[in-house]
Amino acid sequence: MSIISLIIKREFIAKVRNKSFIVMTFLSPLLFVGIAAFVGYLSSMKADTKRIAIHDESGLFVKEFTSKNDVKSEYKYLDLSLIDLKFLKDSIANESYQGLLYIPKANSTKDFENKIQFISNNSPSISFIENIQDIVASKLTKTNLVNAHLDTLAIKNAESKVNISLTKASGEESVKGLNEIKIGIGGAFGYLIMMFIIIYGNMVMRSVIEEKTSRIVEIIISSVKPFQLMMGKIIGTALAGLLQFFIWAIIGLSLMFAASVFFGINVGPTARISPELMQAAQQEMTGTAQMYIKELWNLPIASILIGFVIYFIGGYFLYSSFYAAIGAAVDNQTDSQQFLLPIIMPLMLSVYVGFFTVINDPHGTIAVIFSMIPLTSPIVMLMRIPFGVPLWQIAISVTLLFGTFFSVVWFAAKIYRVGILMYGKKPTWNELYRWLKY
Amino acid sequence: MSNILEVNKVVKQYGDYVALNEVSLTVPKGSIYGLLGPNGAGKTSLIRIINQITLPDSGEIILDGEKLQPKHVQYIGYLPEERGLYNTMKVGEQCLYLAQMKGLSKAEAKKQLEYWFDRLEIQGWWNKKIQELSKGMAQKIQFVVCVLHKPKLLIFDEPFSGFDPVNATIIKDEILALREEGATIIFSTHRMESVEELCDHIALIHKSNKLIEGKLDDVKRQFKANSFEVGILSDNVEGLMYAITQKFTVGPANFKSLNNELKLEIQLGNATPNELLNILTQRGQVTHFVEKIPSVNDIFIQTVTQ
Repeated sequence: MSIISLIIKREFIAKVRNKSFIVMTFLSPLLFVGIAAFVGYLSSMKADTKRIAIHDESGLFVKEFTSKNDVKSEYKYLDLSLIDLKFLKDSIANESYQGLLYIPKANSTKDFENKIQFISNNSPSISFIENIQDIVASKLTKTNLVNAHLDTLAIKNAESKVNISLTKASGEESVKGLNEIKIGIGGAFGYLIMMFIIIYGNMVMRSVIEEKTSRIVEIIISSVKPFQLMMGKIIGTALAGLLQFFIWAIIGLSLMFAASVFFGINVGPTARISPELMQAAQQEMTGTAQMYIKELWNLPIASILIGFVIYFIGGYFLYSSFYAAIGAAVDNQTDSQQFLLPIIMPLMLSVYVGFFTVINDPHGTIAVIFSMIPLTSPIVMLMRIPFGVPLWQIAISVTLLFGTFFSVVWFAAKIYRVGILMYGKKPTWNELYRWLKY
Repeated sequence: MSNILEVNKVVKQYGDYVALNEVSLTVPKGSIYGLLGPNGAGKTSLIRIINQITLPDSGEIILDGEKLQPKHVQYIGYLPEERGLYNTMKVGEQCLYLAQMKGLSKAEAKKQLEYWFDRLEIQGWWNKKIQELSKGMAQKIQFVVCVLHKPKLLIFDEPFSGFDPVNATIIKDEILALREEGATIIFSTHRMESVEELCDHIALIHKSNKLIEGKLDDVKRQFKANSFEVGILSDNVEGLMYAITQKFTVGPANFKSLNNELKLEIQLGNATPNELLNILTQRGQVTHFVEKIPSVNDIFIQTVTQ
């Protein structure tokens, strides 16, 4: 067996046998699904119906509200216009209802605009107030139209709604919301790379520090080259990480499946709709779903997957050699913080750029630049690929990434080589620079 | 080829600091070679270069007639001063791993390991983790790892630190046994009594330069001052003292004896021992007459403080 595969094997086994690795591997998906199920359960719980009293002295609006009462709505409006206002105000304190909408008499529709009050103990949600304002405003508009002797029906008929359908130059029809799916796919892969780099890069660093503090490193590098040791470590850790992700994916998928069966998440339309309507709705739904599926298949799946593999390898190796060099330079984890910051920054930056800039304009200048810079390209470019990136841009980006990767590995190996034999002091940036010349 | 290792004018610099300044050494096959020097003299730098952990800036190393190259790592066994093992790895697995790194096949490594575990009577440790062992026990494992692949050249950096006297003796005997089997041993230490006991060749490095090298006897001969310790019973001490102070430099001496004799240390200068003996036998009963041979400790201190 060649020496480097010997090192890879040892690193892999050491990682996989580690108790915290085993615990993390089997616990985190449980935790994740548990949280998801809990959130799902909470949001599926029906909120209590809130009773809202309406004291409408004008008598103009109360019907608009009470007509909206139905079993499912969160708010139930009560017409209490005949009851004394003072008594109503007092009974808010008894909590027999959550709030009181007071609409006084007014001389003109203009008058109503600033006179209506909502009285409650707790401040209501903004959306609730906006809803009330909309109802009142539309009633006022209607009244104004009638007062002006305009035909409300004609106006209503004159209103138009526009639904623009998206079509690609190649002629196929697209579905709206596809951009969200695209950014979702790219974002998920980009985020995955970032998580992987942070978790397993740190693991590489810890493993280097462990060898250094246990002083075994001198024995090992009397048999192998420091470069071989570093690469073996990086690869071995990556394999352990991939195994963990693989297990997570399997556990996650099966738990999600089990959970959806258990909680009986209802996807079909509700029973109250008549069978014909239901059929029509179903047809429409399957039609849309088919279109989405067709669109998904039209995504550049091959280039997304190939891109993921390439950028994953490039990004992980690039960053983990930084991590290895840092591990070699310091004696313990606390000392590593000052050197870690410059590594975390570009990672964070690329996720932000990905989510804010790429969504708005996948082919804008900022997105293109960041998808070229090697430290950010693994994440940003992956987010852009689903939107279709010209081949020449990918070529430049990949070339830059791997060019940087090789030179960083070379630098990191130099720092590593000197650093692992330096005990007992925390180096400065200046010293790290000098190590490059040893 | 009678030399296992030749170091020719090796220079190593760290930044502005010169760690080794044209150091040359010749280590004969089958010798136990003491590499001496105060802290920071450059011993570890030299050992790391021989182990190909670092590269020299200039100069060359010849191992068993060949220029030092990567395949030579399997001919060398190295026990560094800063040593340790993987704390959470089992002893057996760990030794197998390190032996395979030195080029042994897994089966061969296992066979050798069983031999050594038997020999050092540590069979029960195979499945223990290093963190469960005491420091001395871990040192034994390190020793095994160092010699497992039957290296031609063994380099021990402070091999006895951390051992109790019983285990130190066991290890010392093992080192001698390995020499009998044909290995050459380079031995870097500050413990002069073990150098005195084990080494037949020494080299002294001080402030990045090699100051002394050679067979231990030759070095001692070179450093001896031609002085003798003398014990004499005499009735006429004043006359005796007068006679010898005329010709030689005389000082008091301190050695153990059963008689209450006069103890002197006498510098002969260019005279022969017989000339001194003639004078002494004429004036009293000689009870003690020994040439004063410098100890390695004396040589070390004398050279380093010069």
